[in-house]
Amino acid sequence: MTSARIIYCHCAYAQVVPPEVKQEVLRQLAESGTAFDAVADLCEMSARRDPGLKALAAEGGVKIAACYARAVRGLFIAADAPLPADGVEILNMRTDSAEQVIAALLTVGGKPIAPSANGAQILQEQK
Amino acid sequence: MKQAVTAAPVLRIALYEGAGSQPLAGAARAELLRALLEKGYAVTCVKPGAPVSSIFTGELLVLGQFDEEKPAEAEAADGKLALHFRQITGLDTSAVLDLVEQVRETANAAKPGGWKPWFPVIDYDRCTNCMQCLSFCLFDVYGVNTGGRITVQKSHNCKTDCPACSRVCPEVAILFPKYKSGPINGDVVKAEDMQREKMKVDISALLGGDIYAALKTRSADAKVRFSKERDEKRALEERKRCLTKLQQALDIPAEVMASLPSLEQIQSKAAAARAVAVD
Repeated sequence: MTSARIIYCHCAYAQVVPPEVKQEVLRQLAESGTAFDAVADLCEMSARRDPGLKALAAEGGVKIAACYARAVRGLFIAADAPLPADGVEILNMRTDSAEQVIAALLTVGGKPIAPSANGAQILQEQK
Repeated sequence: MKQAVTAAPVLRIALYEGAGSQPLAGAARAELLRALLEKGYAVTCVKPGAPVSSIFTGELLVLGQFDEEKPAEAEAADGKLALHFRQITGLDTSAVLDLVEQVRETANAAKPGGWKPWFPVIDYDRCTNCMQCLSFCLFDVYGVNTGGRITVQKSHNCKTDCPACSRVCPEVAILFPKYKSGPINGDVVKAEDMQREKMKVDISALLGGDIYAALKTRSADAKVRFSKERDEKRALEERKRCLTKLQQALDIPAEVMASLPSLEQIQSKAAAARAVAVD
């Protein structure tokens, strides 16, 4: 199975992302059983030029739940870890609902991702 | 005072639920994740058969409900990644946080958090390298690289909650991701944002013309008034009214407004930055 990696930003050091949205996105991500990277605050990582951002940016297909796309791309560039032009989907928790964000994060090619009995991810057949 | 960028390693956390471990209950996983994130840690949730980002360097703490005992410490073959394994079976969130803190201290890793990461981000798709931001910034946040390009070089110098440089950018190319409203927060730049360098026009409109010329004129007028009338109180009140009006309209801290550089200072600062460009 090929699916995008998921990055979730908790925007821990400011109150600009509605708390009910980020908490609900995190809850549903955590309970979905999918694998993902969660970071406390992309801005803080960018300010430190955290090498972890290069790892996050470097490996192709990725979905990022954070804020505005222009800001997110700028933060990665500022950390010398530019996101590729293609294969990156940025979901905006400042403007979108938790349901919209989760729906975008947990689907591949329009099909929802769900963990199998042994924990491996599979694509659910849509009915 | 903002925390300066430190060279101490950063502790990352992997919550391992792959082979050889028991998965956490969904609600417990969510609670633990939220608690770790709010402490400032980055956490990778590892599941079998699913992609996550690779971690090659630094300090990595692997938490899990392991079926078998793991060595407490290990390192990657190239020595660039130090691994710490901790069993969390039966521990509640608070106990796991204590465990994480112990490992962080043992590894001499940086304490996460402690400051609001407020600094400008340049949208290079819009930036024309005009250097107005560099010239205008009172805190030397900007610099020029060896290629002659404007960059943010001292992000920790930025004054928290001050978006002044983005207000003077004629291309709306400077973002503050944690700002409350668009387009400074990174929202799409609309046509109305671009109407004659909107931000700058806003400033100018309040003063009736070019901001630098206007401020200079006001300053000169105030001096004349002061010398003629010997009315220090009135002059100060005039200046205060003007600055308050600007501050409220533009959301710029009062002390920044009170310290705006002159046009000559702005021009000489840009020239100096170009002369000592660093990468």
